[in-house]
Amino acid sequence: MPSDILVYVLEHEGTPSKSSLGVLAQAAELAAELGGQADALLLGGEEATDELCALLGAYGAARVLRSHGPLGLAQPVVDALDAAIDRCGYRYVILGGGLLGPEIGAGLGARRSAGVTVETTAITARDGELVAERPIFGETQISESRFRGELGIIVGRAGAFEARPATTPGAAEVVELDVPLRPYSTRAQVVKRDEQRGAELNIESAEVLVAGGRGLGDPESFKLCEDLAVAFGDGAAVAATRAVVDAGWYPYAAQVGQTGKTVAPKLYLAAGISGAVQHRVGMQGSGTIVAVNKDAGAPIFDFCDLGVVGDVKQILPKLTVAVAAAKGA
Amino acid sequence: MKICVLVKAVPDPAAPKRIDPATGRLDRTGETNLNGYDANALETALQLREGGVLAIDEIVAVTMGPAAAAKALQKAAALGADRSLHLIDDALAGSDLIATAYALAQVLEREAPDLVLLGQQSEDGTGYALGAAVADHLQMPSLTQVVSLQVDGGELVLERQTGYGYDTIRVALPAVISVSDAINVPRYPSLKAIMGAKRKPVQELSLADAGIDPARVGADGSCVTCGEFHAPAAKAAGQIIEADDTDVTVTEIVAYLQERKVI
Repeated sequence: MPSDILVYVLEHEGTPSKSSLGVLAQAAELAAELGGQADALLLGGEEATDELCALLGAYGAARVLRSHGPLGLAQPVVDALDAAIDRCGYRYVILGGGLLGPEIGAGLGARRSAGVTVETTAITARDGELVAERPIFGETQISESRFRGELGIIVGRAGAFEARPATTPGAAEVVELDVPLRPYSTRAQVVKRDEQRGAELNIESAEVLVAGGRGLGDPESFKLCEDLAVAFGDGAAVAATRAVVDAGWYPYAAQVGQTGKTVAPKLYLAAGISGAVQHRVGMQGSGTIVAVNKDAGAPIFDFCDLGVVGDVKQILPKLTVAVAAAKGA
Repeated sequence: MKICVLVKAVPDPAAPKRIDPATGRLDRTGETNLNGYDANALETALQLREGGVLAIDEIVAVTMGPAAAAKALQKAAALGADRSLHLIDDALAGSDLIATAYALAQVLEREAPDLVLLGQQSEDGTGYALGAAVADHLQMPSLTQVVSLQVDGGELVLERQTGYGYDTIRVALPAVISVSDAINVPRYPSLKAIMGAKRKPVQELSLADAGIDPARVGADGSCVTCGEFHAPAAKAAGQIIEADDTDVTVTEIVAYLQERKVI
């Protein structure tokens, strides 16, 4: 249909990514405004079960196009989306953020000569078309983009769209989609997947993140962050800024920001972090941001919810004790 | 074997950025420099040549943009690129991501490289996307955000971070690879190399030279239209605690966290 939206849903071991569910729910609302429907496309192996398809209905999918292909790579997904557009016709394709979203979106845009926007933080329906918004210049302005041509491709920023069930669930009718892979889509192969380096570094699913920056003073002081994370209990992890990762104080996998992970925990406690734009874009979607920094002029105090001007080495150990006591109460 | 490295001149990060109200585009006048991530891509190419596992005959720097874009090529030549191609044509102004990728792919196709390298993002524009679009035009495999790269049996073995851990991926050549700044530390060019760079060949190409369809580039050939802007929603100012007594501070933090129901 001319006003339908197709959403690629990244699944990992049978669980859809939060970014994908967020844009799916958003797409379902937008499609309703445009007078069309939102469909989801899954590319997976045996993990793409009927149960998973049904779950996507709760997030608004009218149909789920189920296809099979290699996992962890963008180009097979481009082939699948391309085949889905040929078969069903779509006005827009929307992708969640993260690693693969921009790759898939750009590859599909080249394939079908369609416009692509990346780092999208909001999408609105206006005058019967979608408008994609993207912050620019260190979040000081929002640029609005529209699309010409038959297809528009919107890639969300990771964490920008909340994964919430749709107001009107979709039927999630399953349509099996056969995907002919292009020869060059099979010339990259994942030989090792999901390798963990360093302990407990899945910071993207953490509910509480204690993040350390240069203000900690030395690598040993990351122990203070780790202790505080332990006090917060299950679901808490330690994150780091690019500056300290570059300096070798903490593993790259813990890095939050433009070149690292984008996170949106319920609580982001920034210890000794100044809050440069490159860091901010990776964590500003967090529920509550608490900053501890001895420099009262640090930029992070302009966008945190609670700012504490003080020495992290003094405050963190006592806060650890107090949080553990509060949790135990 | 030939490596092409896509490079871009970006505004001095310290200079304030502005939109030209007449065009709705980023004002790119003023001081420019080589995009930092592109220096990582060049360093990757140089290390591949020095490593000797692949016989690299030539490293070619490629850019698209107005006269000021040549700054990126000079820097690339000083770092070690053997020659440069500069796609320069007034008709390219206002090209969006997909139009830019199409134009660059036309230039690259003439060169028939075995490997195309680029930085995963530019400091002044879109991120993580250009390489994938170029690769689809060239019908090559493509990966972005690569943090390590090795050669094994004529193929590349790459690593990158996903949301779930590290993936290791084997890629057959030819391929288009976008690198992270974590992949290496770019070298500084010597004074001699900077002087020598001026003698390295730079070829300017117009749309016609590169066989580019003018209807597919420039503002009119782009499918994304922008030019409207608004200010972000102002966020309510946060609460600030500035107490001399750490115990008081900690009590206040815990009370706040309980009030917000995060503990």
